[in-house]
Amino acid sequence: MAERAEEPIKYDSLPNFPAEGFAGTDLGPTRAPRDSLVRTTPLPPQTLFQRHEALLIGSFGVAVFFVAWQAVASARIWSPLFLPGPVDVWQAFLELVNDGELATDIAVSGQEFVIGYALAALVGIPCGLLFGWYPRLRYIFDPFITFFYATPRIVLIPLFIIWLGIGVESKIAVIYLGAVFAILINTMAGVRSLDASLLRVARSFGAGDLHIFRTIALPGSVPFILTGLRLGTGHALIGVVVAEYVAAQHGLGRMMMIAGSTFQSSKVFVGLFLIAAAGLLLTYGLQRIERHFDAWRPQR
Amino acid sequence: MLIPLDQARGTGAHFNGMKLQARDVVIHHRRQRYGDMLLAVDGVTFDVADGEFVAIVGPSGCGKTTFLGAVDGLLPLTSGALALDGRQIDRPGHDRAMVFQQPSLLPWRTVTGNVMYGVELIRIPKAEAQSRAKRFVDLVGLEGFAESYPLELSGGMQQRVNLARALAVDPEVLLLDEPFAALDAQTRETMQQELLRIWNETRKTAVFITHDIVEAVYLADRVIVFTARPGRVKEIVTVDIPRPRDLRVKREPGFVEIERRIWESIREESARDGLAATA
Repeated sequence: MAERAEEPIKYDSLPNFPAEGFAGTDLGPTRAPRDSLVRTTPLPPQTLFQRHEALLIGSFGVAVFFVAWQAVASARIWSPLFLPGPVDVWQAFLELVNDGELATDIAVSGQEFVIGYALAALVGIPCGLLFGWYPRLRYIFDPFITFFYATPRIVLIPLFIIWLGIGVESKIAVIYLGAVFAILINTMAGVRSLDASLLRVARSFGAGDLHIFRTIALPGSVPFILTGLRLGTGHALIGVVVAEYVAAQHGLGRMMMIAGSTFQSSKVFVGLFLIAAAGLLLTYGLQRIERHFDAWRPQR
Repeated sequence: MLIPLDQARGTGAHFNGMKLQARDVVIHHRRQRYGDMLLAVDGVTFDVADGEFVAIVGPSGCGKTTFLGAVDGLLPLTSGALALDGRQIDRPGHDRAMVFQQPSLLPWRTVTGNVMYGVELIRIPKAEAQSRAKRFVDLVGLEGFAESYPLELSGGMQQRVNLARALAVDPEVLLLDEPFAALDAQTRETMQQELLRIWNETRKTAVFITHDIVEAVYLADRVIVFTARPGRVKEIVTVDIPRPRDLRVKREPGFVEIERRIWESIREESARDGLAATA
């Protein structure tokens, strides 16, 4: 093997560029810095419209909708009892605020929502992580999860009223039950769909169960947990309204139910918009959190 | 010639100076789909000296990767023994580090964060871990990308991170499982050259799995040829090409001769495997 037939080519005989640059030219230093692979140029500036494109077009669509709605309502083809316009809804809102009733309703509904939803998150996330990680725990609880998730939980309201009364407790139970399964099932799915190659890396570096859980299972399932939380807000808001529809002393759902049965359509719309606003706010907040955790995903 | 490992273990008295020892290693591979245990490796015996670079080649499905998984401690042996510095290998440990076929990087961690992953598991002060991570990020040529996320990097750069992550734990033996198989031809050659440059600086004992004969001859001091499944050592070829090796060495007659010899050896095995016509 030792014999080497050819002379190696002498690459160093090639002419060199002078290290100090070419005299009389102003091209900056001819020797690139060590990290010359990373050369950056600032992006061209964006116009105001480009920067807020989604928001501007979206707002325009909503504005058109409200104008059209008001136009149809103002034409008075139907009575305001049947189809109130945005202006009627706004007046009803101011009326309710002046009555002082609305503040109580919002406070009661809000309290029910916050407690029920927080309980759902506090139970759903840890249980989802555990059931996803330990198959045997999952085998135990799977029948129950399937049973409750497949059942419309509204049918349990009469039972909750018997057990917990018509106060906030029965509402909290309905809201909790509505949100907890969405959170739990999604969290569980997140743990189960972890990248097997990452788990292999962790084991190869000698990581124990707890360390793998903390460094891979938890961050890896964050997108799923947040999806669960977002779906959970929807379920929880449905829970608020429906539970109060059946029997309650205060709350937005009760207000809407009474308004509806007495042909005060504008007030029904007020309730509808308030619930929708709550949903929007929560979704927006969760999206912010999602973006925080998604910093590593390349921008689409 | 062979030292019984149960004697060598712990005492060090019979330790023959070899870094890594494999003795009649038999591994069955669990196949969930077929509900059986497939014989993947059937009695592999060889030694790797301290600071040696060994490449294992063989026809596809010959149990190379399975064998390396066992050296890493991720797979149990059916029989036989594997020892590192005379100590039996039975679980993953910081004395070995694997460079995986897929980059397998944590997408939510930066380049530095990923290189830290293995280091965090060794009990060293955080500041030292960070400076060590930085050193290896620089070593693999990613100094401008320390704060980038894996999905922002090309395949070759991701494999550099994969390599840095393994080197950063300062293992006794570096295990490389076809790390460049998924890269395009140009990037692969660049990475081979880079690996030799880095290896020259660290001189770690290395076991490199590949199906690319040219790659094996270019990188290794010795090339171990596996038979078709079940894997056994068919032949061990010494590559007496002096280091440092330039990529141009691949065109030299001595290199081509070694490459041809290994190629024929593997051809035989592939043909045998073809006749057996198994899955």
